Amino acid sequence: MAAVAVHDLRKHYGEVQAVRGVTFDVQENEIYGLIGPNGAGKTTVLRVISTLLQITGGSVDVFGHDVADEAQTVRRMISYLPEDAGAYKNLTGRDYLRFMASFFDGSHDMTQRAVDIADLGERIDDKVEQYSKGMTRRLLVARALMVQPRLAILDEPTSGLDVVNAREIRNIIRATTEQGTTILLSSHNMLEVEYLCDRIALINDGVIVEQGSPAELREKYGAATIEDVFTEVVA
Amino acid sequence: MNNFLSITKKEVRELLTPATIIPILVMSLIFGGLGNMIGGAAEEATDTPTVGLITLDDGPIAQRASDVIADSATVAYNDTDASIDQGISTVRENDGTAVLVIPANFSQHILDNRTATIMVYWVMEGAGIMDSISSSAVQDILQTVNRNISEMVIAAGGVNATFALSPIQVNETTVFKGRDMAGISPGDISSVLSSQFTVVPVIMMIIIIMAGGMVISSMGMEKENKTLETLLTLPVKRRTIVAGKIAGSAVVGLVMAIIYMIGFSYYATSFTQGGNVDLAAYGLQLTALDYGLITLSLFMALTAGLSLCMVLGTFAKNYKSAQTLTVPVSVLALIPMFLVMFRDFATLPLPLKGLLFAIPFSHPMMAMRALLFDDYLLVFAGIIYVALFAVALIAVAVWIFSTDRLLTGRLQRKG
Repeated sequence: MAAVAVHDLRKHYGEVQAVRGVTFDVQENEIYGLIGPNGAGKTTVLRVISTLLQITGGSVDVFGHDVADEAQTVRRMISYLPEDAGAYKNLTGRDYLRFMASFFDGSHDMTQRAVDIADLGERIDDKVEQYSKGMTRRLLVARALMVQPRLAILDEPTSGLDVVNAREIRNIIRATTEQGTTILLSSHNMLEVEYLCDRIALINDGVIVEQGSPAELREKYGAATIEDVFTEVVA
Repeated sequence: MNNFLSITKKEVRELLTPATIIPILVMSLIFGGLGNMIGGAAEEATDTPTVGLITLDDGPIAQRASDVIADSATVAYNDTDASIDQGISTVRENDGTAVLVIPANFSQHILDNRTATIMVYWVMEGAGIMDSISSSAVQDILQTVNRNISEMVIAAGGVNATFALSPIQVNETTVFKGRDMAGISPGDISSVLSSQFTVVPVIMMIIIIMAGGMVISSMGMEKENKTLETLLTLPVKRRTIVAGKIAGSAVVGLVMAIIYMIGFSYYATSFTQGGNVDLAAYGLQLTALDYGLITLSLFMALTAGLSLCMVLGTFAKNYKSAQTLTVPVSVLALIPMFLVMFRDFATLPLPLKGLLFAIPFSHPMMAMRALLFDDYLLVFAGIIYVALFAVALIAVAVWIFSTDRLLTGRLQRKG
């Protein structure tokens, strides 16, 4: 059974057709990346899978459960990290993680796991409003992964981060799959996706224009990098 | 200079937004409306009052008094030998103010240099500040009668100054909602009620504005701080999120309102005087059941108000826009506060009655006065209406939480 099965997904905002018939599937325990420029429809697809947006047409299943009809069941299996997400500024990092853990088993172990993932040292007990963007992002990645979800949906997980922080988050994501979590992420950073993902889909203007493993795509287009592949496909 | 103008223009453009203008416009309209209402009442005070007149004395002085009254007022009921109840009934049918009774011994008392009494039966229809304003016109007539007879007495000579200046006294009984309250005027009653019960509408208004503002701001902050999406993907039912947000905001709003009210109560008690009238002596006191009903009414109105705010909060794009959205709630709290202060529900015109009943915040504001006069129907009907209002709005809020509106500003249900 696929972790995610998206079939002919369409999503319109009034007259605007943000997603126009997207079909792909994500296998269990793989890292699958959606690549595309800003406004391509990546975030919309991830929001639909995360049960945040309703579907205009098509279907989306997560581990066999329809996101429209079984949203609550799906929410128990996923963890979503939105792009540019924030945390509650008046809470400390630890309190924020404890608050989020309370919606799951609420255990001390879960919170401690997140504290370890965030790796913020003593700053974990500072208020979130005092965090830099990189620290906040690490806290949020830790929040997303601490529940050891069956599917983690990460929208631009390293967006806006410096090289060191971005690399550490990539390492955290890699390590998470070894514990059985399936990862679906989006990025417009082609190098990052090439490094992280087992398979990728190139999305442009609301449609998937190509998909496969990075190696397959490079070979198919005779390109040195995925960036070259994307340029070739979109052109 | 160019730089100065550029910065000034920028500031004006930034600050002069609908968010800043609309609240001022709304407040201006409210005060304008209140001004009209007060002006109308002031005019009413100068209108010729309608009274009933029962003259049980055919002596010359009683006739003089009767003539003065008839010249100054519209006499809807004029008789020399009839029941007071019938007079009150006729005056009430004619939207009159009082029944004046000149007793059989009136002339003789004056002739004997003793103070004569005119009995006044006030026909009171409402306990708002402005409901008793027409009684001042009748009091003016009674002063005219007093002055007239005083002139007669002085002209006759041989009397002491005190009697000459005040040859008549007034014995008042107020008939209100089936009760005969002797020795008390409508002004006394509305004064006591307004001084004792004004605090409830003010508390209600402050709680609604404070707690409602919290709910709306909470939604605005969730969007501004980008925490809403994470919240909505947690395995939590939408109705739990809605209920939790309402409850949390209510707690904070109540705490803030209590702090505010402590200061306000010191301010209010510095100038409000209940007078020497003891309403309990007239059987006008609240029972434990009444207090229970007032609490229930307050709770239901607060729930309804916060549910309304939750729905409004879904329209907030950020903290700033949330501030604008508190304006309609503030207006809805201010309208009944002023209406209840100035007018009794019973004496309002039908459209205003409908408006007052439709606003959920009105009911706790009206409940205390209504219960004092055993008007349980209004209170129970209000509680039921507000409960239904709250349930409907909570359902709307939960429904909106299950649509795209929160994230996209559009309503789209599952396809």
